[in-house]
Amino acid sequence: MQLTVWTYEGPPHVGAMRVATGMERTHCVLHAPQGDTYADLLFTMIERRDRRPPVTYTSFQARDLGRDTAQLFMDTVRAAQERFQPQAMLVGTSCTAELLQDDPGGLAAGMELPVPVIPLELPSYSRKENWGASETLYQMVRTLAGPQAPAPGSEPPASDGRRPRCNLLGPTALGFRHRDDVREITGLLDRLGIDVHVTAPMGATPADIARLGEADFNVVLYPEIAAASAQWLQRTFRQPYTRTIPIGVCATREFVREVAELAGVDPEPVLADEGTRLPWYARSVDSNYLTGKRVFIFGDATHAVAAARVATEEFGFQVVGLGTYSREFAREVREAARRYEVEPLITDDYLEVETRVAELQPELVLGTQMERHIAKRLGVGCAVISAPVHVQDFPARYAPQMGFEGANVLFDTWVHPLMMGLEEHLLGMFREDFEFHAEAAPSHLGGTGSERSRSPEAPAGETAGTGSDTGAAPTGDAPQWTPEAEQELRKIPFFVRGKARRNTERYAAERDIHPITVETLYEAKAYFSR
Amino acid sequence: MDFPIIRERGQNEIFCGLTSIIWLHRKIQDAFFLVVGSRTCAHLMQSAAGVMIFAEPRFGTALIEERDLAGLADANEELDRVVARLLERRPDIRMLFLVGSCPSEVIKLDLQRAASRLSETHAPRVRVLSYTGSGLETGFTQGEDECLISLVPELPADAGTAPSLLVVGSLADIVEDQFTRLFRAMGIEDVRFLPARKADALPAVGPGTRFLLAQPFLGGTARALEERGAQRLEAPFPLGVEGTTAWLRAAAQAFGVDETRFHEVTAPAVERARAAVERTCEPLKGRRIFFFPDSQMEIPLARFLQREAGMELVEVGTPYLHREHMAPELDQLPADTVLSEGQDVDRQLDRCREAHPDLVVCGLGLANPLEAEGMTTKWSIELVFTPVQGYDQAADLAELFARPLIRRAKLRV
Repeated sequence: MQLTVWTYEGPPHVGAMRVATGMERTHCVLHAPQGDTYADLLFTMIERRDRRPPVTYTSFQARDLGRDTAQLFMDTVRAAQERFQPQAMLVGTSCTAELLQDDPGGLAAGMELPVPVIPLELPSYSRKENWGASETLYQMVRTLAGPQAPAPGSEPPASDGRRPRCNLLGPTALGFRHRDDVREITGLLDRLGIDVHVTAPMGATPADIARLGEADFNVVLYPEIAAASAQWLQRTFRQPYTRTIPIGVCATREFVREVAELAGVDPEPVLADEGTRLPWYARSVDSNYLTGKRVFIFGDATHAVAAARVATEEFGFQVVGLGTYSREFAREVREAARRYEVEPLITDDYLEVETRVAELQPELVLGTQMERHIAKRLGVGCAVISAPVHVQDFPARYAPQMGFEGANVLFDTWVHPLMMGLEEHLLGMFREDFEFHAEAAPSHLGGTGSERSRSPEAPAGETAGTGSDTGAAPTGDAPQWTPEAEQELRKIPFFVRGKARRNTERYAAERDIHPITVETLYEAKAYFSR
Repeated sequence: MDFPIIRERGQNEIFCGLTSIIWLHRKIQDAFFLVVGSRTCAHLMQSAAGVMIFAEPRFGTALIEERDLAGLADANEELDRVVARLLERRPDIRMLFLVGSCPSEVIKLDLQRAASRLSETHAPRVRVLSYTGSGLETGFTQGEDECLISLVPELPADAGTAPSLLVVGSLADIVEDQFTRLFRAMGIEDVRFLPARKADALPAVGPGTRFLLAQPFLGGTARALEERGAQRLEAPFPLGVEGTTAWLRAAAQAFGVDETRFHEVTAPAVERARAAVERTCEPLKGRRIFFFPDSQMEIPLARFLQREAGMELVEVGTPYLHREHMAPELDQLPADTVLSEGQDVDRQLDRCREAHPDLVVCGLGLANPLEAEGMTTKWSIELVFTPVQGYDQAADLAELFARPLIRRAKLRV
């Protein structure tokens, strides 16, 4: 048993719903008790979808348990089939029905429905949302495209002089910017002379899934969801698939070369006309202040690893922490962490993430909605780079993360939460200005800034819920500061004050200095300076 | 009151009882609600709360994992460990509710026994209680009913026969304070509330207790209180001016407040509220409203909107109809009102589309899809999260229904 308050991922059947809801002409029947329909609001409220998810629930209650829940399930499937007339029917269970062992897959298979039935095994007590989405897509692809598989040893059909074509795999409903990434990458491929054959699951019908094998290769946008399907398609249809995730300018250039190679087209015209401002903006002198900004990154593995690279190579930041909640992709994150010489954080416990952020004292957090809250509590700027999503992550404007336009979006979004260059200097010089004080938030963000900034005496450092409101060492053997040293400490901007306090106290403890004076503070500063 | 009732079984677009924790954990300030359930339960709480209440909420989930399913003895040990860790981190907690879920019920994890075991371990600092919020047993607001049922045996005994008034059901603090002032002005001094704001300030109950239900979803709590000798005062619910007056009057009569005094106390508030409701209801007059089932507040709300706002009732859906407690409400509905109990959401949507009402009251899963079909909706969860009871909230209540219509008329896009 694990104690949790917030979760990064929902249960696996929510992953199945994301696939079904992204698709057309598909219906899903979930054997689930009353109450599990809450998941509909993820799509209708967070993503503001104008249609109900194509999901029917059996809504069994206690009184049904003594009777025949299997019959209830079959009746529900029959009614859903008649009402919605899908091209394919997904059937699965939520966590409670899994315990009943009614075998929905077997039951539905025995019903002789007029359309393919795809049974889903979604182990709720060991797996999570992204796994559920990946498994659902994989089972659909196998069931629907499998019958089209070429005989072993047969020759692939000639391309008849048509443009090369690929499938875009991975985008779902409720994905972080999937809608805009698909548009951006489709446009990029078109400029390269490559057609998108099928985008799946988003927008695809079951009939489209059956045609996946007709493409020359696959573009995997979100490996968490599409890697398993792409691997199967490679084995079955000899379709190669892309490994580069086109997030950031460098990665997008590599992606262009990778797909050009797979498609046999010339990448140079596109690379000569990228249409991104990021490289110039990053070189512009006003960006100097971005150099070495300490950034903490957490998200799904794909977005976290991509963000770490962009932060380092395209913003000149220093990655001080990198982690993911996707255990299935922990290896990729560990490898990346090694490159940046940081300790990888693989966890789905947001309290652990909060503790790490507090320890590392970054100047910017790139994370999920959870980290946005953590950063707010700790008074650190934050930009969202990954699911789990919030209604704010579905902006009205076009805002991809991928491709060259995506790079422009990253530049704007990541720089926005930071203190602007000159402002930071002025703060450093005039720390006691009554309006322009150290606790002030970046002036372009308005308001009073973070929760932290309203309590100037609380240095960053505590974790949520400890009830403590100070990051200082626990009372009892608390290091003594002279009043002058305390006063001096207060002149240090809040976002680095906690670190200054801890460094100074460590320095003093190691040298047995009591009490800490202004001199100790500056000796420690010199000692720890980079 | 023999209304035609549509009774349906099918897909239920209603939250489970766990959802009521979202207001209960704010109402009882030193209580913690520990759901013993699955990742689905945790995900529901976080999604239904809409905005994440990130100031460390006083609820959480003990996630049942694969190995807990293997052996129940271990599951109990695991639960003890989780509770110990939780209480260590939250020394401010005085009352802990173990809240059962669908999976904990299906695997027959006995939370009542776990609660008494844990109560012994953590006494006297923390009392541990249990109730079910599972979707198998409860829908949405029934979670509060179950929670309060579990509190009733904990209420101190009041052996005296001197009458005291107990108001039952979560109300916004501001509404509680308003009612307290009104009762005091009538001369009813001893007014208590269940749930109380603090776990150690539980109201005493006994044969002298007369109680008023402030919420329409507390059938089980009422029964449990009656078993402890308390007497329920029959009244409609305090929604709208009329409802509030009738509700207050039920107490006034039980406590021998004479009519002149009652009038003196209530008249200024009634007058003020009537004028405000009158102004606010203008856009609602003659409009047709359709209720999907949600919180069991539908019937009192329909009564208010029909009688005080001049709306026409197309269909009033309720997840569960408590005939006895609803009698004073049903008496005031037009004789041809169509009621429905339970739900088959697809069929109900068919009826709704067919009727094309001016305003649809429904849950968050249905609202945007219906708006996209051209209907105007009021999402029902707001009705349980907003102070709407009593005189000074009557116009606010009307405004909640008027706003979507006003908005639709304003927008030119």
